[in-house]
Amino acid sequence: MSSSEELAGFALFDRLTAAQRALVAEAAREVTFTAGTRLFDEGQLASGCWLIRAGQVALETAVPGRGQVVVHTLGPGDVLGWSWLVPPHRWHFSATATGLVRAIQLETTQLLALADGDPALGYPLALGLFEVLLGRLQNTRSRLLDLYGSPRER
Amino acid sequence: MTEAAVLSRAGLDELIAALIADGYRVVGPTRRDDAIVLAELGSGAQLPSGWGVDSAPGRYRLRRRADEAVFGHSAGSQSWKEFLHPARQLLWSADGDGFSPAPPARPEPVRQAFLGVRACDLAAIAKLGVVLGGGAHPDGAFARRREGLFVVAAGCTEPGGVCFCASMGTGPQPGPGYDLALTERIDSGGHRFIVEVGSAAGERVLSGLTRRGATGAEVDEARGAVEAAAAHMGRQMPAVDLRQLLADSRESPLWADVADRCLTCGNCTMVCPTCFCTSTEDTTDLTGEHAQRSQRWASCFEVDFSYLHGGSVRVSGASRYRQWITHKLSTWHDQFGSSGCVGCGRCIAWCPVGIDITAEAATLAELREASAAGEDEPGEQF
Amino acid sequence: MSADAVSAAVAPAGAGGETMLPVPHRVTGRLEETRDSVTLRLEPCGAALPPFAAGQFTMLCRPGVGEIAISISGDPTVADGSLTHTIRDVGAVSRALCQAQPGDVIGARGPYGTSWGLDTAVGRDLVIVAGGVGLAPVRPILLGALAARDAYRRIVLVAGARSPAELLFREQLAQWTSLPGVEVELTIDQPAADWDGAVGFVTEPLARLTLDPRQTIAFICGPEPMMRFSASVLLGQGVAAGDIRVSLERNMKCGVGLCGHCQLGPLLLCRDGPVLDYARVQSLLDVREL
Repeated sequence: MSSSEELAGFALFDRLTAAQRALVAEAAREVTFTAGTRLFDEGQLASGCWLIRAGQVALETAVPGRGQVVVHTLGPGDVLGWSWLVPPHRWHFSATATGLVRAIQLETTQLLALADGDPALGYPLALGLFEVLLGRLQNTRSRLLDLYGSPRER
Repeated sequence: MTEAAVLSRAGLDELIAALIADGYRVVGPTRRDDAIVLAELGSGAQLPSGWGVDSAPGRYRLRRRADEAVFGHSAGSQSWKEFLHPARQLLWSADGDGFSPAPPARPEPVRQAFLGVRACDLAAIAKLGVVLGGGAHPDGAFARRREGLFVVAAGCTEPGGVCFCASMGTGPQPGPGYDLALTERIDSGGHRFIVEVGSAAGERVLSGLTRRGATGAEVDEARGAVEAAAAHMGRQMPAVDLRQLLADSRESPLWADVADRCLTCGNCTMVCPTCFCTSTEDTTDLTGEHAQRSQRWASCFEVDFSYLHGGSVRVSGASRYRQWITHKLSTWHDQFGSSGCVGCGRCIAWCPVGIDITAEAATLAELREASAAGEDEPGEQF
Repeated sequence: MSADAVSAAVAPAGAGGETMLPVPHRVTGRLEETRDSVTLRLEPCGAALPPFAAGQFTMLCRPGVGEIAISISGDPTVADGSLTHTIRDVGAVSRALCQAQPGDVIGARGPYGTSWGLDTAVGRDLVIVAGGVGLAPVRPILLGALAARDAYRRIVLVAGARSPAELLFREQLAQWTSLPGVEVELTIDQPAADWDGAVGFVTEPLARLTLDPRQTIAFICGPEPMMRFSASVLLGQGVAAGDIRVSLERNMKCGVGLCGHCQLGPLLLCRDGPVLDYARVQSLLDVREL
């Protein structure tokens, strides 16, 4: 079980009270993955959420002819995995530890039960995840802009 | 300070002849192609005697006056900037195998005498001096042309149809910077010019002319006539801090409205006596052994003026108009320490669709007030 | 009327320290950094230009083709009269410059503009954020800081590029990565098969940094939206807008405040910039088509 203070380091939980964080902490535990470990596979039923503390996780998908394509990498401070929150509750990408990874793993079935049972906890938690998603979307859109492309290509 | 003098109409011709004899290239108003055109004068006979100007937004016509005044007209499409900051200049050329760029060797006549510079245009010359001569890297060619300059200013007693120098604080009384200042008077006392001296060079030139001393009354009457012109201006800027007004108006609804009218033709920038922007062009001959760079007037209304990374920053007409008027009335202060506008009104007369800079400024002021009022009282519509 | 019968005291139009006269420089080194970027080393044919400060630019000219503003990308502590510029082929003039070979003569004027102000960052943490070819104008910051390493606290470089093949100065990046006194975070926008580093926009490794905001001076260079987004992240981390410096770019014809092209609102970028602090320009960058 992780401590409430360790969770406080993640902006995801900024809107929760200390008591609420303590509840979430009961669903959390420290985990370590060695290099090459597949954390989850695309298409699998989504369960689990990881708060990365050290190391790098690659999100990838298989593209015939290109092999495994890494579309995004996450690092310390990043939240990995939210497909558990909404239908179809399946992973959209695969996640692999590219080196040694230390993370806090959240037991999402427990978390969902907590959130469903107490909207006063569920709502700020959902907002926190929404914020993470917003940042992820902004960064993805920035990459889509192809800002470093040459005017000759346009 | 030397006493004021009176020159007769013949005395003015004498002045021109004396300046020519002194080695000056005298430039002054002439009548050509139904307009007042600044050109080199061979004698006073070339002045536009008896011609006046009717100007209005998008309109400029000569009209015959009842008298033979030589300065009885307001500004034509040119300003004195083309003689100080020519529309095309060769900057350097390089010949042969190596690259040794050298400035143009052909000397050009540097000593010019401008005859009939209005207060607005005198102020404009000073502003160009700050922009082109007052920075860390002065334009050497401009500096040399200005250094050799002899200026005969002319006070305006009849404001033109588009003039608003009074509200810009630049006229109608010519400010400092002239060598001689003339105020033309035609009445029972005859056709004469009250002459005030502004420099030692002016005094020297005047001392060689046939003249008589002006009485205090004559000087006062002449000055009074010019000051009275200030009260008869056809238009004026709104009485607000224009610099702040434009800074507050970046998102004003006015820009879309102007864009419906403005053709982005750039006439305003060509006729404006303070617009100074240039572009450079590098060319080479077919052998590649001769390369040169020349400089030409440019306009912020050109789409490519703000070209960057494959496109332009200011593409819309609205943004380009906003750039021009904001620079002229507001950011010129930040860059050069004063307003860029002298109230000559040329941009109003020579705009093919008659856009009036004073009217646009007034509208900006009204829109700003309405928007502020709207914020104070939510829900109230104007 | 012969207007040329004037007195003898007429000077040639352009003589005497003309600011628009390019100073000939010979290309003495050429390195192809990426498929469309080249670093040229220039040495003066005669007199050298004044020494430059990190962040400044020169107006480089390929005779007969044209002249453009290019940031200096070399070491500001080596005041030997040489100039180093990294140029990307995006137009007629830059292409002509990129094609210059050792022995070719090109013209240079400058150095012009404001500097990154390393001297005012002494004792602080330097956070350098570069996007694409924006790495070139910030390289002088790194070289200058490394030459006086003890004058600064942390030195962090966060650099983004479209792909590994488009990273500039790859050898130098590898050297800096292995230096204990420098933290380097590289990231690419587009997935690449031969890359096991970070994949993501440059703001992502930037956001992961644990900064001491009051000790940080940030230097950002790259495409304007990238600079805005990066500044936003830094502001969110508590760095003051006045401690964030950006290098802005606009069309330049003269580089010396005479042609009017490089205006950004009240600023003339050749004179008030290109380096400006974000507190001064943030509101200007938010206005479309300014």
